[in-house]
Amino acid sequence: MSQIPADLKYVSTHEWLRATADGSLEVGITDHAQDALGDLVFVELPEVGREVAAGEACAVVESVKAASDIYAPVAGRIVAVNSALIDQPEQVNQDCYGKGWLFRLAPASSADLTALLDAQAYRDLLNQGA
Amino acid sequence: MNQRTVLYDSHVAAGGRMVPFSGWDMPLHYGSQLQEHHRVRAEVGMFDVSHMTIIDLVGPGSRAFLRRLLANDVARLSTPGSAIYTCMLNYEGGILDDLIVYLRGEEHFRLVANAATRDSDLSWMRARLAEMPDAAQLTPRPDLAMLAVQGPMAELALAKVFSAETMSAVHALSAFQFIERPEGFIARTGYTGEDGFEILLPAQAAPALWRALLAAGVPPCGLGARDTLRLEAGLSLYGTDLDADHTPQECGLGWTVALAPAERDFIGRAALAARTPRCRQVGLVLQGRGVLRNGLTVRLPGGAEGRITSGGFSPTLQRAIALARVPLGPASLCEVLLRGQVLPARVVKPPFVRHGLACVDLNSL
Repeated sequence: MSQIPADLKYVSTHEWLRATADGSLEVGITDHAQDALGDLVFVELPEVGREVAAGEACAVVESVKAASDIYAPVAGRIVAVNSALIDQPEQVNQDCYGKGWLFRLAPASSADLTALLDAQAYRDLLNQGA
Repeated sequence: MNQRTVLYDSHVAAGGRMVPFSGWDMPLHYGSQLQEHHRVRAEVGMFDVSHMTIIDLVGPGSRAFLRRLLANDVARLSTPGSAIYTCMLNYEGGILDDLIVYLRGEEHFRLVANAATRDSDLSWMRARLAEMPDAAQLTPRPDLAMLAVQGPMAELALAKVFSAETMSAVHALSAFQFIERPEGFIARTGYTGEDGFEILLPAQAAPALWRALLAAGVPPCGLGARDTLRLEAGLSLYGTDLDADHTPQECGLGWTVALAPAERDFIGRAALAARTPRCRQVGLVLQGRGVLRNGLTVRLPGGAEGRITSGGFSPTLQRAIALARVPLGPASLCEVLLRGQVLPARVVKPPFVRHGLACVDLNSL
């Protein structure tokens, strides 16, 4: 059974979000997503400063099996990326909710956070798909 | 409903991620495809390949039939206990399948072909056999299971589960030789670019051998690692690198076509003689970061285009590698079109990795 921490928000494309102390949102992929992808071998991260729209593809994770786009869960500006993943993409498999975070974004004023899923709603979504 | 090998429950018990493959439920990996890959390169691992098509051929017309049916010449098998790799061609010279033929006795052969081509192979073989003057009996062997034990420590692993007498015979095997022992039909063949064995045995005996090998410390490995290992070894996969629209020469397998003796009239021979190859197979190593995937377009200097037939990430080289079908002519560099980017790649002659070692000089990339 996939781990779905209760303190995070989720989107249906299997990214998670965490509110950080500075007001930015940390984004990664869920346990379900890393498990389905298999061993990651390559991560392509967005440029810091890039403005992204909600749902815009802004990173790529590649596993031994397939390449998968990562979508910005909400509109905003990329303020940090996890450069350690460039040499150690396996951190996403090993610790997807911690060391395996992908990027942080400062949400735009227009960003709609109410549409995000809580842990229970994301779990329900996975159960429907299963 | 997909078919299951006799080891299905063993895979599930070992944590295997089961996926559909050519009509079978097979393990993709047991947790980490990369770890499984590295274990086979450095030590040993085992694969359930019982989905492969095993066919026995017995009878006075067997040898003559195979010399007609196959592009390589089974007359090259001088003594029982030896095997060859060959393509089976259609009349146009296209590859219907690739297989290994084992000589068990004067008119007694065993063929191991792909899983996905089982039905088409059998109907083609039966139709061609009916055209031959002398009889032979084709018998599919779904009652057999097949385990591949691969890696530099494969022989040491077998020594933990087989008798000393069997192991002295196993030790004496060269590549593409086999013996038949009480423990099973043991061949020094494989699909990884490492030393190793393929063991065919009655299906009901396979779970016990699997358990014994597990207890001896041999990790189970899935189809994912099998694919990256064979790609590093430069070994083609039927259906992606090989197909009925391309000849062996166009797929890097010209060496498997036995043109001597000239009087041997194997199926496809006339077409191969009349046909000029339109393309060739090359290896690619991506110079920068990224992963090459099946189907990507390859652009050569001068603008001619080819296509990746098998692409992936090489765990040994830590680079993306691929087999590609490109227009004829020399080339040492090319470009691959990947998600809107144009990425430079080196053109190399496969294999990429053999016996645990890189065959391409990464420092020159």
